[in-house]
Amino acid sequence: MNSIISIHSIRFILLILVQVLICSNINFLGYINPYIYVLFIILFPVKNNRTLFIFLSFLLGLIVDSFLDSGGIHAAASVFIAYIRPLILKSSFGMAYEHQNMKFDSVTFGDKLTYITIMVTVHHIILFYLEIFSISKIILILQKALFSSIFTIILCVLITIIFSRKSK
Amino acid sequence: MQQIINFIIRNKNFLLFLLLFFISIVFTIQSHSYHKSKFINSANFLTGGIYNTFNNFSSYLNLKSQNQLLAEENNRLKSLLFNSENKTDSTYIDSTSYRDLYKITTAEIIKNSYSATNNILLINKGTNDNIKEDFGVITSKGILGVIVNTSKNYSTVISILNTTSNISVQLKKSNHYGSLTWDGDSPEIVQLVDVEKIAPVTKGDTIVTSGRSSIFPKNIPVGIVQDFELDTAENYYEINVKLFNDMTNLEHVHIIENRDIEEITNLLNETNE
Repeated sequence: MNSIISIHSIRFILLILVQVLICSNINFLGYINPYIYVLFIILFPVKNNRTLFIFLSFLLGLIVDSFLDSGGIHAAASVFIAYIRPLILKSSFGMAYEHQNMKFDSVTFGDKLTYITIMVTVHHIILFYLEIFSISKIILILQKALFSSIFTIILCVLITIIFSRKSK
Repeated sequence: MQQIINFIIRNKNFLLFLLLFFISIVFTIQSHSYHKSKFINSANFLTGGIYNTFNNFSSYLNLKSQNQLLAEENNRLKSLLFNSENKTDSTYIDSTSYRDLYKITTAEIIKNSYSATNNILLINKGTNDNIKEDFGVITSKGILGVIVNTSKNYSTVISILNTTSNISVQLKKSNHYGSLTWDGDSPEIVQLVDVEKIAPVTKGDTIVTSGRSSIFPKNIPVGIVQDFELDTAENYYEINVKLFNDMTNLEHVHIIENRDIEEITNLLNETNE
């Protein structure tokens, strides 16, 4: 139990630092940045306390917000995907999730890709909608959300493959 | 009572979600109105410190281009100095009435941002260096933004690349003025709106600050006119302005303090009452 807490605390801090110091300065083609801190929300243990999880996601978003001077957009998007995560888990993993015995290391690659894609896309659409905050610029919102999502999904999948523990 | 408590316990996740979501929306809305992002900003001890440490390393990477910029500015200032004649202003009678209206402080940008729609920069000077809200920030090439929040050692700057930013500028040749805004699209082009239809706008005209807002002095360069058209009501011009500054590559900036700003605002308030 103790090692789980320390692993997630380290991941929390590391993801924030990598996000604000490196990933937010990439500006690929002018405006495309990956938001890889959502990996914390994606990989949080399924069986854990849900109230704590929602609160931690809020904290994560708020810290990223304070670094990037963006008001509360990251906090709002993070809290939202943290709250609807059980729904997404059920739709992408089906039975394995219902039996409450799944681990992210042991699911098939396809299921994991679906899960990450849905989570990241929902997060990004809310994020860019709140950032631009205007219905009349819906094309710009969707364009930014689409390109950044692709970037984030590729990075998230790569990171989960590189850091997955196979020795079990 | 029992039922209310039961209801709260049963739905605690949903209620927590609603509460936190509501809080973040409030922060978001606050950040969209100028001067209200008080709580969540990067000018605090922790975030400012981390950015400062990281900037100490990364600033080495573009030392060469920054040196080039400084050398260019030195050249320009030297040519001004050597070519100027000694003009004395007859209104200054004795040395006590002679003082500088504008005080300049130099600072470094430790967090640049240009890809979002509301860009805010972080610089490494704060209230310890007498920096306050509403001071203007410029670079050697042109204007950059206005200070919004300050902490002891850091300040945040609302960039001209921000959809809520609004700065009074004018045509250099004819003094017709308008306000500078940004549509969130390209970091090289900003928009100048509310310029009267009778103003003689042509491509390539220089745009400078107007000095009407008492934040910036007059005649600080902004950019040149790239193209222009009349707005839908056909009363005002909408002008695309290409900035002199390369907003993606900023390091050394100058903060401008107008020492008479208090006097001016007091006078305006008295007149309006």
